[in-house]
Amino acid sequence: MKVLLVGEWREGKVLESTWELFGYAAKAGVEATLFLVGDPANPPACGAKLLLADAAKTGDYNPDVHKRLVLDAAAAEMADQVVFCHSSYGWDLAPRVAVALEAAQVSEVIGFVDGGFEVGACNAKMRRAVKPGTSKVVVTIQGGAFPSAKPEGVPSVSVVSTDVPARIEFLGYEPPEKKDVDLAKAEIIVSAGRGIGKKDNVAVIEALAKALGGELGASRPVVDAGWVAQSHQVGTTGQTVSPKLYVACGISGAIQHLAGMKKSEFVLAINKDKDAPIGEIADVLVVADVLQFVPALTAKLG
Amino acid sequence: MKLLVCVKQVADLESRFKPNAAGTWYDEADVAFRMNEYDEYAVEEAVRLKEKLGGEPDLTVLSIGPERVGEVIKKALAMGCDRGVHVLDPEAASKDPSQIASIIAAFVTATTVATGKGFDLVFTGMQSQDRGSAQVGLMVAERLGIAALSTMVAFDFADGVITAKRELEGGIKALARLKPPALLTCQLGLNVPRYPTLPNIMKAKKKELLVVPVASLLSEEAKATTAKFYAPARKGGGIVLEGEVADLVAKTMAILKEKTGVLR
Repeated sequence: MKVLLVGEWREGKVLESTWELFGYAAKAGVEATLFLVGDPANPPACGAKLLLADAAKTGDYNPDVHKRLVLDAAAAEMADQVVFCHSSYGWDLAPRVAVALEAAQVSEVIGFVDGGFEVGACNAKMRRAVKPGTSKVVVTIQGGAFPSAKPEGVPSVSVVSTDVPARIEFLGYEPPEKKDVDLAKAEIIVSAGRGIGKKDNVAVIEALAKALGGELGASRPVVDAGWVAQSHQVGTTGQTVSPKLYVACGISGAIQHLAGMKKSEFVLAINKDKDAPIGEIADVLVVADVLQFVPALTAKLG
Repeated sequence: MKLLVCVKQVADLESRFKPNAAGTWYDEADVAFRMNEYDEYAVEEAVRLKEKLGGEPDLTVLSIGPERVGEVIKKALAMGCDRGVHVLDPEAASKDPSQIASIIAAFVTATTVATGKGFDLVFTGMQSQDRGSAQVGLMVAERLGIAALSTMVAFDFADGVITAKRELEGGIKALARLKPPALLTCQLGLNVPRYPTLPNIMKAKKKELLVVPVASLLSEEAKATTAKFYAPARKGGGIVLEGEVADLVAKTMAILKEKTGVLR
């Protein structure tokens, strides 16, 4: 079986997630070719066959053009599978490629099970074993599910290009909002999740953070609801943190949140749902109402 | 101008899930259903565009599923959509994303033929909360041959041009410009979805609701099937504490003192 791995490039750099695609190929035991939109004058040092398109000509994000390049590469390689990272780049491009190839797409794969792909469901509370019925398959892999495995050596590079017109004009990037807190350096973080119920209850979580001498963190829904500023958001689209103690208050543990805090040394989770996915990575899961437990713990620390 | 917004009814993610008899999806007993959160942002953005353009655009909301799906269509109508389309499919949960996309694309094509005018903009959520494949919206666009932008966190439409922001990793956003016809998949935080008011809920009851049997729009087999739906094996290691609050606090304090260097 042959697979085409679609690497990622942003603002002049190969993204590290690219090397997890090789981890997938190794685990699947398949022959892999890497496709990348990057810099032909400066290809990444990796011992693989590399089909390289010039980002200076295509832009970093350009679905019509990138799709054409991936399809051409898949055809040239006679690839049975086209594999992307499940990222803003991969989940955007994969369905476009799947439709063109009339291929099944399996999203956010975390492993292999019973001759099929293992994927999460219901916010990681459950799993599905998915079996494609098409000869060609498009796959996106969950970040962190496969080990980073950059092949050593020098690539054998073929430069590829296309001249299809683009319907979307990429105008550039907007940097992340300025941070008033640097959670990446915090030793203790106490985070509020949707389970706190309402904005007024943020004070309860802040009080515990203060009693512990830590910083306030938050999950995405709490930030989207406007309860806590975005600068406090922990997760894929917020900050990645690794404190000595992480206290998750009323956070169910969506994959995107776990990805941002799973390197914490010690995780204390408080959730009334014993089956919440946060329990998977918590060192201690306290099954309780956050609004009863947290003030009691704060008082004891006081 | 014609607008379409596609919504899915999903299980409340707070539910406790167990496999159904076939072992391929969750058992619906004891599960509460609601509008997919991503789709609430899609409905809100479509309604805001309609309002911005003085109410001129005709806004259709479409959902696929069994009888219960009528609830989310009613909610979208109460939020401000003009007409509802319920593609009645008791077996929607067993369809794969490719089939769901084919149903929506077939509806769009049939409507375009029937009325002589296609949809200028289609709004969808970027993914569903229960399945999370993030495929359907983009697949609809590809099948229709229209431009698509995914994971949208900001949207503006002026002088016939869409200016939008996509959310990337680490808080970075990509700015892009495109023209209708186009499909946009909406990310959380795009706007603040409104709650339907009581008068609008009453008004929604009088709005047109078209029920279409799925067989009239579906002609494709699934490209992938769910062989098994199951709970993950608990990796264990973590301690689970249950009981009275005072007792829980005492135990937690003891563990934090013993296992972390942060309490003295």
